[in-house]
Amino acid sequence: MAELRVVIVGAGPAGVRAAQACVEAGVRPTVIDESGTSGGQIYRRQPAQFTRPYKALYGFEAGKAKAIHCTFDDLVPHLDYRPNTLAWNVSPGVLHCVQGEVAEALPFDALILATGATDRLLPVRGWTMAGCYSLGAAQIALKAQACAIGRRVVFLGTGPLLYLISYQYAAAGVDVAAVLDTSPFLGQLNALGPMAARPTLLAKGIYYRAQLLLRGVPVHTSVTPLAIDGDDGVAAVRFRSGRGQEEQLACDAVGMGFHLRSETQLADLARCDFTFDPDLGQWVPQVDADGRGSTSGVYLAGDGARVLGADAAEISGELAALAALSDLGLDVSTSRIDKLRRRQRRMETFRRGLATAFPWPAELARAVADDVLLCRCEAITAGQLREAAASQGAPEVNRAKALVRVGMGRCQGRFCGAAAAEVLAEVRGDALEQVGRLRGQAPVKPLAMTTRQEEKA
Amino acid sequence: MSGRFVRMAEQHRPAVTIVIDGRSYSAMQGDTLLVAVLSHVSTLRQSEFGDGARAGFCLMGACQDCWMWTPEGERLRACTTEVISGMQVLTQAPTEDAWPNCG
Ligand SMILES: Cc1cc2nc3c(=O)[nH]c(=O)nc-3n(C[C@H](O)[C@H](O)[C@H](O)COP(=O)(O)OP(=O)(O)OC[C@H]3O[C@@H](n4cnc5c(N)ncnc54)[C@H](O)[C@@H]3O)c2cc1C
Repeated sequence: MAELRVVIVGAGPAGVRAAQACVEAGVRPTVIDESGTSGGQIYRRQPAQFTRPYKALYGFEAGKAKAIHCTFDDLVPHLDYRPNTLAWNVSPGVLHCVQGEVAEALPFDALILATGATDRLLPVRGWTMAGCYSLGAAQIALKAQACAIGRRVVFLGTGPLLYLISYQYAAAGVDVAAVLDTSPFLGQLNALGPMAARPTLLAKGIYYRAQLLLRGVPVHTSVTPLAIDGDDGVAAVRFRSGRGQEEQLACDAVGMGFHLRSETQLADLARCDFTFDPDLGQWVPQVDADGRGSTSGVYLAGDGARVLGADAAEISGELAALAALSDLGLDVSTSRIDKLRRRQRRMETFRRGLATAFPWPAELARAVADDVLLCRCEAITAGQLREAAASQGAPEVNRAKALVRVGMGRCQGRFCGAAAAEVLAEVRGDALEQVGRLRGQAPVKPLAMTTRQEEKA
Repeated sequence: MSGRFVRMAEQHRPAVTIVIDGRSYSAMQGDTLLVAVLSHVSTLRQSEFGDGARAGFCLMGACQDCWMWTPEGERLRACTTEVISGMQVLTQAPTEDAWPNCG
């Protein structure tokens, strides 16, 4: 039998477990990651010169982080591992990569996309000012570089990471001015039922919250963000409290995010079908219970398929690899698959709970004022989008993009896409799913201008 | 103005020197360019659309908000570039048209 060509994009928890399942089955997969080290987002490694122990870096997750790191390090001799390599396009049966300035085309029999997620954002007046960062960024600064994003930080948005990262900052000794959650506290109580599907995770969430209280960090729920104020950098956050009072908090940094969104550009370029998830208000790649995408030979795992968190990413990575191996004709234990599927279903229940506890505040995105910058890349306002939608009749987001360039900048709509769709739906009086989704474009991230094709000897 | 980022730990790494807009600053081995610059100054670059200064946003290579330039005109994504001793960076593009359209 010719050697099976399995290519995995992403060396986070999903990609690592996928790679492990391949190696155990006697297959030598190629693992691509644009980062220089494995671990992905949650188990991101610190640079070699840093010395903080696992416990300090990963808290409750120290054991899992170590397990993922050691598993991967042991696998490396059995892999074609390519760190610092960006997967930038997919054509039928071929993944296109670039390392440094050298591009290479990798043919595959199975492609497992374990590309993770990025913060889901919506514009708040002033959010492009220096000192305003995504929530994920705030955590990366602390975890990977031992830095705080400022001296006095406000955390704003919603979702489990809001509390986790606020806690991590407070515990590291940073002055956290406040946690401003757009979700109502009552909704969080109502979601306790489904979230009890993962009792330890729920307990951790409650622990972070209690720690913030203990440390005297004010936590406001049902908040309406009004503006991030400052002249040439963040100086304060203004918001309306749940009781309707307008308040202003002085700070020099903001960490902002509204849970996460899957990184799906490669799935899109691989021509996978997407479905609209009304609970999330998001388009997600269509997958079966094991992670098969609608395009044959393409599999999705981890947060890049469904934002279910790190433990679920490990399960879905293994499942996707087993699906790929079995489709390629290898023997795969059905009882192993059944067990993984059962565990994965619990994760799904928890995810529904999270969506209830921390809903995407669509109404805030729809209400963004005309003069507020929607697109960070090219400084396009919400008003420009509304004007184009009204006068030129953009029926869906890709047409709007062609007209006003929202989503055409260098982040490719990662940070404006969610809000742009809400604004467009609002102007048109359409349901969100009616305005469609921004299609992924190659290259999925900008390439160096000097990129050249690998010469085959 | 003084820096934007605050170092909370890991301060005993070997020092390296980088040059920002012609002035020398000290950084540490293992710093990303973004951290090295923002521990001394408050911004990384001016938005070419005239809406003010930027200091990065996502820190994970997704938003492309933290690009700086070398004196030769090469672009560097500050959040994913590790500093090396003697590295020279600019907060403004040295030439026009430093951005290709990528949409
Ligand atoms: C910034 C951030 C911080 C988070 N922190 C936590 C946390 O502290 N606790 C928690 O429970 N959950 C956290 N999460 C949520 C998430 O569930 C975990 O991050 C988990 O790591 C998801 O695992 P994964 O394997 O699906 O993806 P990831 O761990 O995100 O791994 C994806 C990998 O794919 C690589 N990649 C993506 N696209 C490409 C491409 N085109 N080419 C090459 N490589 C590519 C990335 O470099 C990355 O290493 C965080 C998420 C984010 C975005």
